[in-house]
Amino acid sequence: MHMDSYANLIPLVILVPAIGALINLVLGHKLGERISGLVGVTASVLAFIFSVLIFAYLNDPAVVTGAVINPVAFFDGWIRIGSEAGFNVSIPWQFRVDTITAVMLLVVTGIGSLIHIYSIGYMHGDPKYGRFFAFLNMFLMFMLILVSGNNFLMMFVGWEGVGLMSYLLIGFWWEKSGPVGWKNSDAGRKAMIANRVGDFGIIMASILIFWTFGTLDYYSPGEVANSCYVLEHAGAISELQAEHGECDMEAVNAFAAGEAGHSEEGDATEEGGETEGSEHSDANAGIVLVQHTEETGEAEHGEGEATAEGEHAAAPHMTAEEMTNANFLPAQMGAFNQLATLMQLDEGEEILWNVDASGNAIMRGREVDFGPFSADISAMLFLIIFFLLLGATGKSAQIPLFVWLPDAMAGPTPVSALMHAATMVTAGVYLLVRSNVFLAYSPEGRFLIAIIGASTALMAGIIAMGQWDIKRVLAFSTVSQLGFMVAAVGVGAYVAAIFHLATHAVFKALLFLGSGSVIHGVEHGHHHVHEHHGHDDHHDDHHDEHEFDPQDMRNMGGLRRRMPITFLTYLAGTFALSGLPIFAGFWSKDEILLDALVHGSESTHPLDQLAGFLVFFILLIAAAFTAFYMWRQIQMVFYGDPRSEAAAHAPESVASMTVPLIILAIGATFVGLINVPGGAWPFTLFYKEHEFTHFLEASMPSITTGHVLSFNWLVAGIATLFAFLAIFVAHSIYAGNKAVRGEHGAEDGRDPLQDQASTSQLFVAASRRLYWDDFYFATVVRPYQRIAAFLANVVDWNFWHDYVHDKVIKRGYDAISGLLANPLDIGLIDGAVNGIGRLVSYFSGRFRTIQTGYVRTYAVVLLLGVVAVIVLMVLPLIPTGS
Amino acid sequence: MENAGLLTTAVLFLPLVGLTVLLFLNGKTQVENIKWTTFGFTILTFLASLVMWANFDTSVAGLQMVHQWEWLNIQVGGNTITSTYYVGVDGLSMLLVLLTTFIMPIAVLASFSMHVLEERGRQKLYYGFLLLLEWAMLGVFMIQDLIIFYVFWEVTLVPMYFLIGIWGAERRVYAAVKFFLYTMAGSILMLIAILYVANVTGTFLLPEIIAQVQANPNIWNEWSGAASASNVTGALLFFGFFVAFAIKVPIFPFHSWLPDAHVQAPTTGSVILAGVLLKMGTYGLVRFNLSMFPEQSVQYAGFIALLGVIGIIYGAWVSYAQTDVKKLVAYTSISHLGFVVVGIFALNSQGIQGATLQMVNHGISTGGLFLIVGIMYERYHTKAMDAYGGIWRIAPAFGAVALIVSLSSMGLPGLNGFIGEFTILLGSLGSNYLGFFFTLFATLGVIMAAVYILYMFQHVFMGELKVPHGEDAGTFSLNLKWNEVAVLIPIIVLIFWIGVQPGGFFDIMSASTNELVSHVETAHTEVMDANPVETNAEFAYVGETVVTSDAAE
Repeated sequence: MHMDSYANLIPLVILVPAIGALINLVLGHKLGERISGLVGVTASVLAFIFSVLIFAYLNDPAVVTGAVINPVAFFDGWIRIGSEAGFNVSIPWQFRVDTITAVMLLVVTGIGSLIHIYSIGYMHGDPKYGRFFAFLNMFLMFMLILVSGNNFLMMFVGWEGVGLMSYLLIGFWWEKSGPVGWKNSDAGRKAMIANRVGDFGIIMASILIFWTFGTLDYYSPGEVANSCYVLEHAGAISELQAEHGECDMEAVNAFAAGEAGHSEEGDATEEGGETEGSEHSDANAGIVLVQHTEETGEAEHGEGEATAEGEHAAAPHMTAEEMTNANFLPAQMGAFNQLATLMQLDEGEEILWNVDASGNAIMRGREVDFGPFSADISAMLFLIIFFLLLGATGKSAQIPLFVWLPDAMAGPTPVSALMHAATMVTAGVYLLVRSNVFLAYSPEGRFLIAIIGASTALMAGIIAMGQWDIKRVLAFSTVSQLGFMVAAVGVGAYVAAIFHLATHAVFKALLFLGSGSVIHGVEHGHHHVHEHHGHDDHHDDHHDEHEFDPQDMRNMGGLRRRMPITFLTYLAGTFALSGLPIFAGFWSKDEILLDALVHGSESTHPLDQLAGFLVFFILLIAAAFTAFYMWRQIQMVFYGDPRSEAAAHAPESVASMTVPLIILAIGATFVGLINVPGGAWPFTLFYKEHEFTHFLEASMPSITTGHVLSFNWLVAGIATLFAFLAIFVAHSIYAGNKAVRGEHGAEDGRDPLQDQASTSQLFVAASRRLYWDDFYFATVVRPYQRIAAFLANVVDWNFWHDYVHDKVIKRGYDAISGLLANPLDIGLIDGAVNGIGRLVSYFSGRFRTIQTGYVRTYAVVLLLGVVAVIVLMVLPLIPTGS
Repeated sequence: MENAGLLTTAVLFLPLVGLTVLLFLNGKTQVENIKWTTFGFTILTFLASLVMWANFDTSVAGLQMVHQWEWLNIQVGGNTITSTYYVGVDGLSMLLVLLTTFIMPIAVLASFSMHVLEERGRQKLYYGFLLLLEWAMLGVFMIQDLIIFYVFWEVTLVPMYFLIGIWGAERRVYAAVKFFLYTMAGSILMLIAILYVANVTGTFLLPEIIAQVQANPNIWNEWSGAASASNVTGALLFFGFFVAFAIKVPIFPFHSWLPDAHVQAPTTGSVILAGVLLKMGTYGLVRFNLSMFPEQSVQYAGFIALLGVIGIIYGAWVSYAQTDVKKLVAYTSISHLGFVVVGIFALNSQGIQGATLQMVNHGISTGGLFLIVGIMYERYHTKAMDAYGGIWRIAPAFGAVALIVSLSSMGLPGLNGFIGEFTILLGSLGSNYLGFFFTLFATLGVIMAAVYILYMFQHVFMGELKVPHGEDAGTFSLNLKWNEVAVLIPIIVLIFWIGVQPGGFFDIMSASTNELVSHVETAHTEVMDANPVETNAEFAYVGETVVTSDAAE
């Protein structure tokens, strides 16, 4: 097997967790914990190994562009509708393996595997153990489909699939008795419905994309995402030119002129390259292009090429045309490159767009024209971005749809870590980054995204400061950090967004698993206390058990001595999240801040300038809040004295839980170094500068900001200062056990901020989540229910069903049948009408007591009546002839 | 071709053969034989329809496997009545025939353990009606002669009327009569329209009528036989058919009979009603309204699609407030079929193909939901949602199946419902006659579906376990019977199949749909060209075409 074929492993990455899920789903209850866990973990780890291979393959400097992979031939496409109007719908099951996907694969399966391992210990003793692992595996499967699909609809399959798994796993403990169980299932439902609102956006966006571009594909097989990057690697243009996007046909033509000389070198002996297209390599340029391996797409575009370009269709190496997609007609390309082509046009200008079946040229300009809809491409683009963003706000918990995420903490903690912190919730960010070409051409769209992201980051940061539940703090922190990523996308810092996504996945998973370990410990401590008390105290305990909440930070305190490993790893996560130097979050957050600043100062569009500065300042404040609430949490959970018996007796967790914590803690400390910026001495001595950025560039044609920005000591310094200041303030407020457990349990515990006049109102507002839920309940939920009840009971039933139909129409019918029965008393018509008349009287009263014998008579009469009516009415009306 | 035609006839009459066999069985002593004979014949019909599918040529746009036989030709006072037995299928019919033959064995099998049958007896009659119903429904989808179509259309009413009226719930007779009268009222308009159409075209045969429409799209408005032909005539004819079909679908606001019929019908009745009978309405819209009245279809597309959109939202909203599980599912039909209506009147390939697939999908997923509700009803003897709860606790697999069917109904991508919905929405945006706001509001239905379906699922399957009266919570279990398990399996299989690989289903209808769409487009363009502004100039043009078409004949 050649190295290059590792891209073809992608179907396996998905298949393996699918098989794991199937085994556990079907046999889960028979396998027992040990084997169930083993199956789940094995599936996940295998997927991770495949992902690493794919990643390593794409990381090979000889490989400069991604591939479109068709799955096994068993899947012959997906949705296909031949149409008369040229807009054939063809949506295949097809994978896109490029560097964005590779990063996501690695994050999902890597964190996923650790969390699978952690779950072995955490879920121990749960009656639905097997099903839990089945769901986790299934989640992996859908998440992998999400990040590896080559079109928006396949992405959407994964998108909804993870939503479903989220629904099932948030409500995983719906079976708990009493209101707790019901609340769990409520949380799941809330998540699903909030996400459905986002899905509405995705569907709308997909439809708009289809009618704008005639395809939902990201890229066609053989298409190059970032021509500049490829040309730069081929030596056709300089790095500087590539940075400035100077990779147009002029540069290429110059390159192609030189290239023509050695075009015959490669063709004859390349193994199978011609028809299979599995490998096209050019020894001179050192480029390997992985292309589609299967047939369907090729046949189509092969024809098109032949019509358009003639001979270049199956060149054995990557020609200049291939690098710049010049051998594709615009209509044959995926949505992104089509857009890039269209945006180059002036108003009124038209280019050859496609060639129809009979060989006629189809021209197209900037305007999008379908049905009664007609708009300039840029207006259309804003609409598309708007709906994509709506989708992203659902899945990635941004304003206005974030409200489901905090409730999602009802699920088991590994689920919170995996789905609601590290991976699933980043799907929206992934989607936006994937659509970076769209964003590159829409300043308005970018602005909207930046504002949504930044305000979410700030808002959630405020709320997090007022939470008591250890997981809720982290949940709002996640919302806030996702806001950072979305804001980064909004200022064009796509790489920084993905970078932060990756580092955040590591340290937030760590924090969640750490909190899980804490909760687990406190719960065990609680049971421990329960067991060792005598019968005298039993009554009290029973009462206590009702009230005791193992997730409430007011019940904790002093845990650093009881759970040292959890504490230290948690500390690493906190530093990473707060953005203290060297730790992972420092690099990624700094990258976002710097990019925002540069975006603001160097962009030409006023909206970009505004967005850049706004994002910079808002995120700076939000970052300070982050450090503040995290330090508050550290103080409340790990420092001071235990505020409950349970906390005093909490044991450290088992090895299967602490080992993933340690691994993640190491990651949280060092993973940021994968993308050390230039000038960040002394780190640059050990790590290649901006390696991650370079890796991602191949799939991102439109890096407008932060291409290779050097380390900015000032920005980093300010950010660090803010973080330390916030920690200092938090320390002075919370150190020394100041959040106390109240006399009657955790609910009476007070926060120092609460008792201070200047901050108490804000604290209350924050702890009530700034009233978002109340607001939605009053303006959406209640009205929806009321209108539903009104429509169902009053409009549909009382009025339309009972009054109009059963009274008005029936009476009218009675009257007419009475009128008709007498004057038209002739022959068979009598029978028919009489039948109806009798039915009506029957309808009006006696239906409860009637014998079934009558019913039969009526139907027979009716049947005869129908036939008779037909015959009678037909006779005189039929024309002669024919 | 001859043999293939016989195949169509065979599929059509197999249920009737079964019915004949049934007549010779003793209703009192041979109940088991009656059950299995019925089941056998429905399965046989299903297999035969699979053979049809295998013989179906997807590249042919028009009718295929045609079987023709003139059965009525009488001279009455210088007039000739000709009626032809003319069966055949095109892509649209083929799918619906398959749907019918697929649903029927399931319905029969589901009846095997229905308590109400044992309680009220008359099983021979019951199974006889099922076969009669299958025959009539297949006839509706296969017959190409308007008058025979009408007869079949009416005949479907009779067995369904009895199914509801004899084996239904408390208010069964009321519901049955309402169902009958409501649908009849619509059909009578259709009958009048059929007769007028026959007068204009001189034939009852749909292919011939369509050919005439193709030759002269303005045919309805310029019939020389009428004293005062005008623009109104075509519209009246169009709506004559439309109202009959709209009631059957039902399109908002003609839906008032549906909740009654569904709630009162026995499980089988609901399954067939939702699974197939309602599709007769949407089928009729495509087959008759679109092909015979292309210009009118274009003209009223916006209006009717608006009714569809209202139906989507209204149905979803109303079903959320239901306290009766079966009624909730019944209202979802209004919402789902709203999608179908929007798709049909998008008048493009995406819309119509999506709509047709959605007819099948709705049959599967809503049929499945009714089966599930029926299974629970057999144990709980109530449809009130309050009485249910926590069923997933005692029946993990059954709960999972219910979840899958619910999600399919909700339109989760990867399952069948999504494919139809998405293509319909796709069509609606690209349609020349609808547009952005239709799509926007129709898509809202996607959110609303999640609201009602998840509400129902949570209340019925999650939460504390509630058991039927007189049962012990500790020992209660659903104890699914073998046939109850068996009916759910094919539903699940198809949900995934269509969800993941719908290509084959699209292929079936592709050619027919494309031709229909271009037929509508061409007719519309011709009328528009001839008649850019509605003035008297129309009549000049009209005269010309009449001459040419006469000459052609």
